[in-house]
Amino acid sequence: MKSAVVVFPASNCDRDAATALEQMTGSKPHMVWHQEKDLPDVDLVVLPGGFSYGDYLRCGAMASQSAIMRAVKEHAEKGGAVLGICNGFQVLTETHLLPGALMRNADLKFVCRPVGLEVNETQSVYTRKYSHGERVVFPVAHGDGNYFADDETLNRLEGEGRVVFRYAEGDNPNGSARNIAGILNEKRNVLGLMPHPERVVDPLLGGTDGRKLFESLIETLS
Amino acid sequence: MTQITPDIVREHGLSEEEYARIIRLMNREPNFVELGIFSVMWSEHCSYKSTRFHLRKLPTKAPWVLQGPGENAGVIDIGDGDACIFKMESHNHPSFIEPYQGAATGVGGIMRDVFTMGARPVAMMNALRFGEPSHPKTRHLVSGVVSGIGGYGNCMGVPTVGGEVNFHRSYNGNILVNAMCVGLARADNIFLSAAKGAGNPVVYIGSKTGRDGIHGATMASAEFDDASEEKRPTVQVGDPFTEKLLLEACLELMATDAIIAIQDMGAAGLTSSSAEMGDKGGSGIELDLDKVPQREANMTAYEMMLSESQERMLAVLKPGREAEAERIFKKWELDFAVIGITTDTKRLVIKHHGGVVADLPITALSDEAPVYERAYETQRPKSGQPKFDAKKSVTDSLVKILSSPDMCSRRWVWEQYDYTVMADTAQQPGGDAAVVRVHGTNKALAITTDVSPRYCKADPFEGAKQAVAEAWRNITAVGARPLAVTDNLNFGNPQKPEIMWQIVAGIDGIGAACCALDFPVISGNCSLYNETNGEGIHPTPAIGAVGLMANVHRMATVAFKRPGDAIILIGETRGHLGQSIYVREIEGREEGAAPPVDLAAEKKNGDFVRKLIEDGRIDTAHDVSDGGVLVALAEMALAGNIGAEVGVAGETPEAIPFFYGEDQGRYLLAAPPDVADKIDQEAEKSGIVVALLGKTGGDKIAIAREGEVLLSKLRKAHEGWFPAYMSGEEVPLTN
Repeated sequence: MKSAVVVFPASNCDRDAATALEQMTGSKPHMVWHQEKDLPDVDLVVLPGGFSYGDYLRCGAMASQSAIMRAVKEHAEKGGAVLGICNGFQVLTETHLLPGALMRNADLKFVCRPVGLEVNETQSVYTRKYSHGERVVFPVAHGDGNYFADDETLNRLEGEGRVVFRYAEGDNPNGSARNIAGILNEKRNVLGLMPHPERVVDPLLGGTDGRKLFESLIETLS
Repeated sequence: MTQITPDIVREHGLSEEEYARIIRLMNREPNFVELGIFSVMWSEHCSYKSTRFHLRKLPTKAPWVLQGPGENAGVIDIGDGDACIFKMESHNHPSFIEPYQGAATGVGGIMRDVFTMGARPVAMMNALRFGEPSHPKTRHLVSGVVSGIGGYGNCMGVPTVGGEVNFHRSYNGNILVNAMCVGLARADNIFLSAAKGAGNPVVYIGSKTGRDGIHGATMASAEFDDASEEKRPTVQVGDPFTEKLLLEACLELMATDAIIAIQDMGAAGLTSSSAEMGDKGGSGIELDLDKVPQREANMTAYEMMLSESQERMLAVLKPGREAEAERIFKKWELDFAVIGITTDTKRLVIKHHGGVVADLPITALSDEAPVYERAYETQRPKSGQPKFDAKKSVTDSLVKILSSPDMCSRRWVWEQYDYTVMADTAQQPGGDAAVVRVHGTNKALAITTDVSPRYCKADPFEGAKQAVAEAWRNITAVGARPLAVTDNLNFGNPQKPEIMWQIVAGIDGIGAACCALDFPVISGNCSLYNETNGEGIHPTPAIGAVGLMANVHRMATVAFKRPGDAIILIGETRGHLGQSIYVREIEGREEGAAPPVDLAAEKKNGDFVRKLIEDGRIDTAHDVSDGGVLVALAEMALAGNIGAEVGVAGETPEAIPFFYGEDQGRYLLAAPPDVADKIDQEAEKSGIVVALLGKTGGDKIAIAREGEVLLSKLRKAHEGWFPAYMSGEEVPLTN
């Protein structure tokens, strides 16, 4: 599997994503500067976590306008895999590659802690190695992860099996609607999620629950 | 230009004698710009004029020290060509006036100190002291400081991995916000601030200069009074987004060989960075202020020289390398301007609108700055052991102590910090020391900050010794070898002889412990005048420390791992209750002698424990500090969610002093019984005091002849206080 990690000004999980990808795939991903107009020939594009443009204006809003995002959109339209983690998820909603919006956490505070998640859908290139309903623990670290969409959109997401990760009952860290932690686009090739799978591939750091996400991608895209 | 009058001199924080000294050094009266420059460079904050004489006594050398005090931060060798760079610094005064920005810019400032030397910051710690919980400002300050630290550190993508939070009424009018940054670099690519050579371009990089923070350094060198909140305009405003770009741009430039010297613009901005670089390089510097990127129109030379706008750096490049550097800064969308040149005149010359507005000898700002050997008055340290009611329930007291403001869980604080970013945090907040893996290797840094201000108030010498010993012990307890210290000395007004005594005794205490433990001081910061309306804070010499472990997979943690493990207490228990948490929380009194630290026993016990961890024989260890043995035991049980059955051991038969005494140099370990028996024998053979207290297991802490308490009850008590207090619920407010 060939992959690329987009680097926006003040992305700060770009190295973490690259480290996890290298550890899981055995090869280094391409690091793509936001001012580039083209993507290298890759199977997977990762929009990493961080504070692109300092979260100024709205989280992800400025990054969604950067030159590289046009190429990312084209990649997605052609069916290529795009994974947005944390700030990357915010960029994806701002780009309208995913529906809804990520608002300030319900208690208005940044939150960093491991959270329990339920794998709600295994019919995706990201989750096929998980079992349906599997409980996993990924860390979250965000101030704006409170997923919001109107009821119609939420019903549609659920009806079409696009809610891939949910916070376990009672463990919703940010007030997200219907405990939503991660969603797919209609074509099921774009995933955005607030928790950080790339921080749980090494047992030293508190677990390996994120590995299956990368293994799923490798199995499908290699 | 403004006429200089005695009033203006006084407003600049300079005494009559100091002004006379300036005239002598200049051979003339300074103009207004020059007076401003002298005032910040000779401020306590920049010149260390009250402490410099005593700081010379600290041990600063060891074979692994690559750079001691005097640079932006200290540097140690951690093997394989890697270097670790760290420093701790205070941002106390601004944080009291404007807690969010004060704390945020404190974080930003200390990060710049570390990355200006070529390191990528990999961990942040912070040591925070607030007023008593019942004080009307405390919640506001806690909330603002914590979100300010998080707001800046999280955006930078550097994990905040631990620290301390205390509450005490002595900080009601003067909180302490001390931030520590730890970075990693290659040992052969360290950048210093000496602007050697003449004719080299001086470049300005980062944010534009505005009118914010003018005279911050002078404010930090004066006492507070009721009008201090009017000083809000002297607090700087932070922009972590720009700092993140500045970090990446600087590291990119540092990968070339274009830089001769580089220094961040911290306190006293352009003034101190240019003067210090010229001073260290033995050169002169000429700046043209018209070329300085400016955020506001019509700024005067005085304002530009004293501005403390954040996220700025000054560098001296090799001639001809300007275009290459500019390309990098343009890529990161940062300001870049050549604003001056180095000279061989050893003078700082400032030009503005085509004329010279300041021209002064650099040595007058540094070497010739006043150094005071201030008078001090030795006080008698507090002595004696407090009385206590022996009939009080040991278990009820445990619940009460674990839910007290100083001893409850700090989860509410550290969950607002991203402690997992960079994917190397092997041990998160809540343990003895944070453990951060050196990226791409198996080795790791152990990092801690420690001081017990109540001990320092009772006995500044023993208290400072204890702070160093506890930092050393915390690093040892995770299995790392303690390497070096950064000290952040927070005290009151040094012009009062009794405060000056606290400073002198505190520095002596640090020196004694650092010498005995082979633990050199490689960087630090002094924050004096921490007083409001004449009332000084508890002396608070915060110690930040770093250690190294060769194999991160062998680190110990505080959590009990298995039921049935034997619980081992290393170190002598005499039942020292003076200045203890127990007597304060349960008896409601702050009295008695601070616990003495036997540095020889400290070293012997610690070396023994570390060897057990390094050899893979012990995976569960906790230092015994605030609250004594029972609090340490409860923390281990809560972390592992495994209970324990214990009893009094050794020669201290009384339960309360045994379980709550704060004797130093002790550790609790847990290991399977066969391993524990061997350790017990080995310790005795080595002359180390050791006792087996009981075993792990069950869902409660059961104490022979004293009763028991469920872990679920302890957990509720321990976790409950902070969130309840911060949400404004009714909670006990004493401490």
